Amino acid sequence: MIGSGVLNGMAVTLRNFIGSYFEKDRLITVQYPEEREALPENYRNFPFLVYDTDDAEAGLRCVACKICEKECPPQCILIVKSEDKKPDYMGKQQFYPQVFDIDISVCMSCQICVEVCPFEAIKMDKVFELSRRERFDALLMRKDELAKSNTYYHAIHPLEAAEVDANLAAAAAKKKPAIEPRPTPNATT
Amino acid sequence: MMSSGAERSAVEGPRSTALPVTPRDPSTALGMTARLEGELMEISMGPQHPSTHGVFRMNVALEGEVVRKLKPVFGYLHRNHEKIGENTSYLGSMPYTDRLDYFCSMTNNWAYALSVEKLAAIEVPERAEYLRVILAELTRLQNHASLLGFLLSDMGAWGTPLMYAFREREIILDLFESLSGSRMMCDYMRFGGCRCDLPPGWMERARKVVDAFPRFLDEFERLIVSNEILIARTQNVGRISGELAINAGITGPMLRACGVNYDLRKVDGYGFYPRFKFRVPLGDHGDCYDRLMMRVLEMRESIAILKQAMEQLPAGPIMNPKVKIRAFKPPAGEAYGRIEGPKGELGFYLISDGGPNPYRYRVRPPSFINLTVLEDLCLGHTVADVMVILGSIDIVMGEVDR
Repeated sequence: MIGSGVLNGMAVTLRNFIGSYFEKDRLITVQYPEEREALPENYRNFPFLVYDTDDAEAGLRCVACKICEKECPPQCILIVKSEDKKPDYMGKQQFYPQVFDIDISVCMSCQICVEVCPFEAIKMDKVFELSRRERFDALLMRKDELAKSNTYYHAIHPLEAAEVDANLAAAAAKKKPAIEPRPTPNATT
Repeated sequence: MMSSGAERSAVEGPRSTALPVTPRDPSTALGMTARLEGELMEISMGPQHPSTHGVFRMNVALEGEVVRKLKPVFGYLHRNHEKIGENTSYLGSMPYTDRLDYFCSMTNNWAYALSVEKLAAIEVPERAEYLRVILAELTRLQNHASLLGFLLSDMGAWGTPLMYAFREREIILDLFESLSGSRMMCDYMRFGGCRCDLPPGWMERARKVVDAFPRFLDEFERLIVSNEILIARTQNVGRISGELAINAGITGPMLRACGVNYDLRKVDGYGFYPRFKFRVPLGDHGDCYDRLMMRVLEMRESIAILKQAMEQLPAGPIMNPKVKIRAFKPPAGEAYGRIEGPKGELGFYLISDGGPNPYRYRVRPPSFINLTVLEDLCLGHTVADVMVILGSIDIVMGEVDR
């Protein structure tokens, strides 16, 4: 019968409309700014720098080796390595980044910098509400904006951060540690 | 309206002679008596047309409402992909491949990883191969689902089918997000395996999604398949013969809709596809309706593959430990890796001179090559049909313009 196909289709729409009141998998939207869904553990957005202890300056894991700057596909990282060495929070003399800028308006969130970093110093953040009113430079993140504590890292990627800490502890236990062992995140406040 | 001597004009030749009306002219079939005789009107469809799936322009010469000539204009979304690929490291090109066909980043990753693996003769662990199959088939599901939604949207079924399709796509994208960190720009595969292992509970969620997907397909089929309006709009519209399709290099569901049995999953048997039992659906007429149904049938086969792959998924490493992703230098040589993407044969051709960058990096995008026969498909049809035909080809401009 002509028209039965259309009526069949209408029945489907009706079923979906009524079903959206009763079945959860037919209504999967949320009212965004008021309701928020939890982000998955692996969610990634833009990179940040991890520091241990409370001191964002001395606790920074980054030693300005510039590997991420070289590997970054869209070339959004700028690092200026320090001339001198400064003691880190463990008292070990280290180079440090004098300038560490990431232009996150250029960054494409590929997390290659995270993969290539041998010091577990750069990780992916989960912040996504980053719109700015200014036109220039507002999304150029400086070192002090990028530096975030290990506690924060544990809060956003708990499983990954625990694994990273275990790896670092194992590396420190070996004869030539990549970096010094650090206190557990619970010890830091 | 006419610009004499313009090279990019669709209208060529002298305008004084009346154009012959071919028997397949649908305007006569529709019984329209008042028709512009012998006068062609040239219009430019796009690049900001809502149904062109991005920025794509067609210079169309119309006789009344019937298309007499059609010249596609590409390049609005050109981003220099291949040249960038020659100037970044092998690893650095991986996230750029996500942006080719931004609906199917997983299959793009796989095609690129496959060609690098061929180039450097890298083995891939078993678990990674299974994961790749699972993710590629999930990609196929969400690509075909959203294509059907878009196609119906192009036909004037605004909103409803597209939202149903996007609802299912969203669930699959959530899976991708929890696995790779990003919904569309997954950047998940690496040469020699995959980047990270499945997060806890992922497989159970994926199983649930795959088990629930047939319900969507049944509903969607009931919604569209027997719909008289859809049949009138798609059957016998945009027919292409198998011979022309083969000669034009068409691949994917569009080729199989003409009845040509050519599926790289069977022909090449890359990955672990020979281990799975699945059928290759074939069309008969090569018209828009067959192309549309081809997607529905392929989704059913994808579900069959997914169920087998999820059952057989072994434990083990997901990355070949011998491969170092940083400072990766394959030996000099060349390789062409290709996979059956959701849109057709997606290939990457790489020439290495032993350095850290490819000497030549070439993408064979399925949607671009499928689009080359657009004029043959559209001639003799009305303007409204052009959008249906374009939608049924399944293009993504990110891949066409690169």
